Amino acid sequence: MPRNNRLILAHLWLAFVVFLFACALGVWQMWVRGPLSAPQDIPHRYYQSVTAHGVSMAYVLTTFFIMGFGYFVAETALRRELPGRAWAWGAYVMGVVGVVMAVLSIGAGQASVLYTFYPPLTATVWFYLGLVLVVVASWIWCVLMLVAMGGFKKANPGVPVPLAMYATVANAVMWLWTTVGVASEILFLIMPAVLGFKQTIDVGLSRTLFSWTLHAIVYFWLIPAYTAFYTMAPRVAGGRLFSDTMGRLTFVAFLLYSLPVGMHHLFMDPEHSTGFKFIQMSLTALVSAPTLLTVFTISASMELAGRLRGGKGLLGWIKALPWDRPMMLATGLAFFMLWFGGGGGLINMSYGMNAMVHNTAWVTAHFHLIFGGTVVIMYFAIAYEIWPSLIRRQLVDARWQRLQLWLWAVGMMVMTFPWHFLGLQGQWRRVASFDYSDPRIAWWGPWVVVSLIGGVMLLCSAALFVANLLPRKTAAAVAPEGYAYALAVHPPKRVPAVLNGFWVWNILVAVLMAVAYGYPIAQFFIGDAPEAILHRLSGG
Amino acid sequence: MNASTEKNIVRAEKRWLMVVIGCVSMIMVMVILAGVVMHINPPSNIERTKPQDLHLSAEFTEANLGTRVEANGQITARIVATQFAFVPRCVVLPADTPVTLRLSSPDVIHGILVSGTNVNTMVVPGYVAQVHTVFRETGDLLMPCHEYCGLGHSEMVATVRVVPKADFKPGPDGRVACAAQ
Repeated sequence: MPRNNRLILAHLWLAFVVFLFACALGVWQMWVRGPLSAPQDIPHRYYQSVTAHGVSMAYVLTTFFIMGFGYFVAETALRRELPGRAWAWGAYVMGVVGVVMAVLSIGAGQASVLYTFYPPLTATVWFYLGLVLVVVASWIWCVLMLVAMGGFKKANPGVPVPLAMYATVANAVMWLWTTVGVASEILFLIMPAVLGFKQTIDVGLSRTLFSWTLHAIVYFWLIPAYTAFYTMAPRVAGGRLFSDTMGRLTFVAFLLYSLPVGMHHLFMDPEHSTGFKFIQMSLTALVSAPTLLTVFTISASMELAGRLRGGKGLLGWIKALPWDRPMMLATGLAFFMLWFGGGGGLINMSYGMNAMVHNTAWVTAHFHLIFGGTVVIMYFAIAYEIWPSLIRRQLVDARWQRLQLWLWAVGMMVMTFPWHFLGLQGQWRRVASFDYSDPRIAWWGPWVVVSLIGGVMLLCSAALFVANLLPRKTAAAVAPEGYAYALAVHPPKRVPAVLNGFWVWNILVAVLMAVAYGYPIAQFFIGDAPEAILHRLSGG
Repeated sequence: MNASTEKNIVRAEKRWLMVVIGCVSMIMVMVILAGVVMHINPPSNIERTKPQDLHLSAEFTEANLGTRVEANGQITARIVATQFAFVPRCVVLPADTPVTLRLSSPDVIHGILVSGTNVNTMVVPGYVAQVHTVFRETGDLLMPCHEYCGLGHSEMVATVRVVPKADFKPGPDGRVACAAQ
């Protein structure tokens, strides 16, 4: 039982409350975009809402969930006291202050630049400062994770760092690299402009720096889900993890290949050459490897579990799995949606083919499927899994949890199918309204309503999720014992030093980043790089 | 799945790894073939401009915008993407003919796609975005701004009027306008 349960709960509750709020905004946005008449159907409200939705989902839900879950793993997997508790609380408070600053800026209509900023548009300085505070808070978390792992290794020389913690630290290390891009953009380009020291900004450079962050941030969100696949789901299924080594290699591969690939967001940009686009495309193709390896390893673990439970035949083991358990069900649903989200991703990264889908609803469908269908559904499962040990009471009947997970998965498919389809038909992104009187797009209307129905299902699911987590006085108390992670079929007694730490991998990341981003960034400092005049969206 | 010894497990994982490497290699080969043989590459001409002086530049002055048949026979449409409109709002281009779109922005980031085609590019201030294409179908195609460019982004839509090759009749100056078609 974690001793820091208040710290962990504070993080997770903030994440989930903000998440519910962001879901409600998302539904309203789809309503406004559709052919039905919606309240507050004004473009500036729409962009305020999109900004709030993106910031809440991408920065607040994820960062706070990952920090809270990281503290849980550090304590329960290492079975040691969490180092630097005061720092952890300090980071939390700093993060909360940052969130409040950002939310107030958006609410005041002074920050409708979406969560991806788009300079030369600029928001009020408080918006960026708020986000900087959230990022700095997450850096403190990264250091605490490294210190926790270091302490464990010192006290247990030669003993492998438990896989759950190895994955968490891989994420922390990756996040430190990831944030270099966006932090440089904000501190060196946007801040001087917003504060009035400059009236122009190098748009090409700022887009390139943001792209540095933009792919790896998705793996930052995703790694807790993978941590659950490897270290929670196999035990819940009644079996063991097929291969601990494969788990370590997967997390190392994420660290290596999620960073030097961000330029695949800039395939359609005129400020980069085909050469570097091609290099980063090739590296992007490699990042599919750890996911495909995970699909195999986890499926193999599940097959072992299913056969242990008496499953026979080629596919009989699937039926024998305990689908009534939320973690099992969520893993199955997440894998199902990962095929669509991942498949769409392979299309997006295919270089010239990206022209077919860039900035269409197809892309929106892709990342909602990855984010909602694989990341967030596993956040739900993790919450259900660890909640009893945090609140020291049982949760409500698992039936409500299963209903919530099914509602989420079905809603996600109903919402994203029309987006994929309309995206291929050319439905473009980030508009507050379509002119459905235009005969060329009038037939899109009913499909947009279908996606709205999916969105309503998602909102119901999100509300049910929060309700499921509320402690009930009548629920049985839980005996204080540690959380049991999945064991490997053959648990490692020793692992090579490179798979027990990150030094070598950090050097490799540095080399890869120099190759992939060295010249693409340097080119903006060669010759007379063009600067665009700022367009300030905030009044003050 | 045989998992009785660590050796079995490593063998199974290795076999799967080969399958993964095979799949990824196949995708790469197809992408390279599409790029090298079919010339399907992303728009990547790094061509710098000064966004502040775009209206004074030789190429994107008002009189020079729209469709023109160049001296060498190449057909080019020049368009300025600006908050929150395209100038001109409509361009005429012939079907089944190689054509080039050249766009630039004097203010913020924009982007375009042409519905029903694979024409797609970002329009970043400070650069000329260039796309080569061949339109296969005639009619009025939508060309919306697909990148968030401010609160009026949703209003920013233009038309690409694709006409049969025979109906594409440039004037003596090589220019063609939507109004004339």
